Amino acid sequence: MAGALTITTPTDREIVLTRTFAAPAALVFAAWTTPDLLRRWYGPREWQLVVCEIDLRPGGAWRYVTRHVDGAEMVQHGRYESVDPPRALVTSEVNDDCDAQAGSDTRATTDFVETGGGTVVTTTVRYATVQIRDAVVASGMEYGVAAAYEQLDELLVTTTSVGGGPA
Amino acid sequence: MSTDTIDATFAALADPTRRAILARLALRELSVTELAAPFAISQPAVSKHLKVLERAGLVTRGRDAQRRPVRLAAQPLREVTQWLEVYRRFWAESFDRLDGLLEDLQPPHRQEEH
Repeated sequence: MAGALTITTPTDREIVLTRTFAAPAALVFAAWTTPDLLRRWYGPREWQLVVCEIDLRPGGAWRYVTRHVDGAEMVQHGRYESVDPPRALVTSEVNDDCDAQAGSDTRATTDFVETGGGTVVTTTVRYATVQIRDAVVASGMEYGVAAAYEQLDELLVTTTSVGGGPA
Repeated sequence: MSTDTIDATFAALADPTRRAILARLALRELSVTELAAPFAISQPAVSKHLKVLERAGLVTRGRDAQRRPVRLAAQPLREVTQWLEVYRRFWAESFDRLDGLLEDLQPPHRQEEH
């Protein structure tokens, strides 16, 4: 029932992610909004969610800190604009790297639609300006660098074993 | 990678006609006349779209004075794809972990359906 992730960029300021999960909407919604559950899945495999604070109500704040195995940290925070369990969630994210101007937040709308035996989750991320999207691009590249280091590690391990070096 | 390049590339890609133009150029190079043919828009309108694509470095024009064939230039697309790939990886890996968590959280009778 779980499906492939699709990502589209309908405009230069929007990204849409769609994914199906083999669980009822209530459970998927809980996984999206409960710190103890988020810690168990949020972030690619070499990143860990070390701080997860959630005040799940309209206007309530959220704050995530993810840490890479090499110690690098990424801080994300914002507010819940609308909370409609288990159907929809609208969050804003404050962009600290940019000029902190009112209305410069990134807005993410997530819809949870239950279908036979599963839940289709669609997240539409809308950046307030292309400058903010560019800042996200730049921070995204940090993940790319981390991935590159990881590949280098794997290469070094392979090279060592091929060369018959110490285990 | 320059964010200016990504900026221009995203702006160029935001338009469905320009995406359709690029999709056709991915198959082979074409003249402006050939490009305009399947679209319900004029040649000048197609030329306008081509200027945007050219500024974004997504297409180049050939030297042939008569035909000036339009060709797809792959590099900026590759840069945008590379960024999306990093983004995709973040979420794809997170969601794979979520699959495992959701399976753990569900009562056993649901898992018998597998």
